[in-house]
Amino acid sequence: MADPEIKSWAPDHESRSAAVTESRPAQAVLMAIAFGFLGIFLLLPLIIVFHEALAKGLDAYTQALSDSDTRSAIRLTLLVAAISVPLNVVFGISAAWAIAKFEFKGKAFLTTLIDLPFSVSPVISGLVYVLLFGAQGLLGGWLKANGIQILFAVPGIVLATVFVTFPFVARELIPLMQEQGNGDEEAALSLGANGWQTFWYVTLPNVKWGLLYGVLLCNARAMGEFGAVSVVSGHIRGLTNTMPLHVEILYNEYNAVGAFAVASLLAGLALVTLVLKTLLEMRYGAEIAASRGH
Amino acid sequence: MQPHFKKLLGALVATSVQFGTLGFAFADTTILNVSYDPTRELYKAYDEAFVAHWKAETGETVTVQQSHGGSGAQARAVIDGLDADVVTLALEGDINAIVSKSKKINPDWRKKFENNSAPYTSTIIFLVRKGNPKGIHDWSDLVKDGVQVITPNPKTSGGARWNYLAAWAYANANDGGDEAKNKEFVGKLYANAPVLDTGARGSTVTFAQKGIGDVLIGWENDAYLALDEFGADNFDIVYPPTSILAEPPVAVVDANVDAKGTRKVAEAYLGWLYSKEAQTIIAKNHYRPAKPELVAPADMPKTPDIKLISIDDPLFGGWKKAQPYHFGDGGIFDQIYKPAQ
Amino acid sequence: MTTAPAPAGWRFRQPSVIPGFGLTLGFSLAYLTLIILIPLSGLVWRSAALGWPEFWSIVTDRRTVNALEISFGTAFVAAAVNVVFGTLVAWVLVRYRFPGRRVVDAMVDLPFALPTAVAGIALTTLYAPNGWIGKLLMPLGIKVAYTPLGIVIALIFIGLPFVVRTVQPIMEEIDREVEEAAATLGASRFQIITRILFPGLAPAITTGFALAFARGVGEYGSVIFIAGNLPYKSEIAPLLIVIRLEEYNYPAATAIAAIMLLLSFVMLLIINLAQSWSRKRYG
Repeated sequence: MADPEIKSWAPDHESRSAAVTESRPAQAVLMAIAFGFLGIFLLLPLIIVFHEALAKGLDAYTQALSDSDTRSAIRLTLLVAAISVPLNVVFGISAAWAIAKFEFKGKAFLTTLIDLPFSVSPVISGLVYVLLFGAQGLLGGWLKANGIQILFAVPGIVLATVFVTFPFVARELIPLMQEQGNGDEEAALSLGANGWQTFWYVTLPNVKWGLLYGVLLCNARAMGEFGAVSVVSGHIRGLTNTMPLHVEILYNEYNAVGAFAVASLLAGLALVTLVLKTLLEMRYGAEIAASRGH
Repeated sequence: MQPHFKKLLGALVATSVQFGTLGFAFADTTILNVSYDPTRELYKAYDEAFVAHWKAETGETVTVQQSHGGSGAQARAVIDGLDADVVTLALEGDINAIVSKSKKINPDWRKKFENNSAPYTSTIIFLVRKGNPKGIHDWSDLVKDGVQVITPNPKTSGGARWNYLAAWAYANANDGGDEAKNKEFVGKLYANAPVLDTGARGSTVTFAQKGIGDVLIGWENDAYLALDEFGADNFDIVYPPTSILAEPPVAVVDANVDAKGTRKVAEAYLGWLYSKEAQTIIAKNHYRPAKPELVAPADMPKTPDIKLISIDDPLFGGWKKAQPYHFGDGGIFDQIYKPAQ
Repeated sequence: MTTAPAPAGWRFRQPSVIPGFGLTLGFSLAYLTLIILIPLSGLVWRSAALGWPEFWSIVTDRRTVNALEISFGTAFVAAAVNVVFGTLVAWVLVRYRFPGRRVVDAMVDLPFALPTAVAGIALTTLYAPNGWIGKLLMPLGIKVAYTPLGIVIALIFIGLPFVVRTVQPIMEEIDREVEEAAATLGASRFQIITRILFPGLAPAITTGFALAFARGVGEYGSVIFIAGNLPYKSEIAPLLIVIRLEEYNYPAATAIAAIMLLLSFVMLLIINLAQSWSRKRYG
């Protein structure tokens, strides 16, 4: 029974790697391929954005960003995100509460429905609102008669953004709250807390980092959405152009520096998102990991 | 940690409320001009001049908002409810679409302003690489093997429809009016196109910035603008001996101005396009003014005299006939653009 | 512990002491209905109004079929590429220790955070014949920008994190003792990978593939800049919807959207099945 081989690997930590992991050269090759792939497909696009934005120097860059249409595109993007993200946060918390805390018929189906916007083409997300609220659409006549402008105005852009970013918060919270179970809440309730108190003092602190994580992803997508917003925007300069749409417009105006300057702001936002996300994962990794495997 | 988080959440809600109440309040009249792709620079200059003119004339402050895109796409947006006061599109067919599909523009809109409501005209010319290495001088050079032609998609771009019709007119004049041969010629031309952008601007970027193709078929004014933007030492402009007379029309969107009470300023906005000042701006932006007599000779674009065929020529029979025949579903363009087999 | 024994017969939900079920479910359903279901049913309603023959003729139109083929074909190729390289990247991140691993790990999520339009113009600038990469490929006769290959490149960018992020956590959970046991029994590294590691990862890889594929099929923003948008050749289905819309051809736009929606539904179902399958097998 006393196989010498077994004895030899068991105590010695270093030598066991021989058969359990790849040889050093193989590791180097695999890492080189992985880094090469990431470098070409992820890093280069990011670098070129900043490279092109600064192609004509810093002055041209700051000038491009101080353009009044660019300013209003930035404002509109912030406004749209500031409306649609909180809406989806409220929905995400509410849906997660219903789905994670209770057992009911059709739960799986409801979860699938929440995921739906992930696999619907953004163009279709915009199209459905055109079909609904367009002058030729189902509600178009009624809206017109009552003087309500949804399409080609801020409400339409917000709706399309809400549609596209709909699942982000819910998807982070549902698995997290399922993992945590109902024990804490039941304890709080038995001690006399009411429902709101339980949620505010027990549940929310338990899920806050997962929630923030969801908000981060939701916000990144809300500020960056292009396809859906493009269909419903109307492209009015300084009024209904969001930042991604403004990038396209500047690009088509032969204004490469302007286009990439705005793009660099969005890329900067993406980088900030990634940094915050990494910090969250580093400090609260275990909590978030529960939702990640999902 | 916990109170911090709540503060954050509270701040989030507060910002959203703040943004919400900020709103968009305009004290003065605002009109929206929904236009096509290549007119950005023209209307940027014109809007400034008009705002000053209107202020001097009436004392009122007017703000002009602009929306640009493919001509067909823009017409679609107006049909779907984009609140345009005036439309200034690439071709009559797109305004007719608004007339027939939404009834927001009165059918007799062409009679509203001079020159069939076209305050400027333009034509379609070629932009080639410096020194014209492929020796492109006429439409027949575009169908040669190994020549890559950049032109946008006629289904979505107004300019692209003029490109197509110019090629068709050339073919018709050269093969004795045989429609089958016209189709073959235009078919060959599109077989040489490696990219079909959705708008004229996209095509120019593809050709000038991305370095694709040997020749760009495009608006006269866009070609000059490309020279300015991308450097005259990179490209040459080539005028083919024949081309098309493009008449981009303008119209007031009657239903919208009546609902908003902006008819007076909207009509003045389009009417003033025929003034001396506006016609000069038009000429300086490389469009052809409808009233060249108003423009000082020094400001007139120096354009060679080439033969221009109108859309109202019996060959096409006007937009009402040409649009469905060539570009409708199953029309000639669809037929020639079917892949082989 | 709090649930009473369920009485016989059908019950909508299990009893619970936790309050707020009605409120949260009611709000969630109302919001879901308002934002997602009503708009989507508007789409279904409009395409149903077309009638079957017209719907069928639009959907089987050569151009529609080609656009769908291009969308699904390029998304499939891109997802397949991502399965290979995404799994490799996940492996390197999970198994190897090197300086800057955190940074590389964070960078994988870039496509989630970078707006698609920005990705589109950046990739086009890189791969155009006069771009950094396009210049290198030009002498080799490889054209990327404005060809279906360009679409694949954009979709690889978009889909990469889906594969890495699905495979990575499963990889982290692999019990290394199994590998060690196999090694002591004389298995080669190759055998361990193909016989032990890969079967365990297969469900996660499948899910990652499906997610990247589903996202790729519907992608618009990054693709339109780099695709040549040639009908029958490099025109993706979402672009065809936009083009139909711009031609005032609402029936065609609606019908193509409806068929894409149906296909997304089917894919979502497959993804969920794959996930529950993997959970059952490898819980």
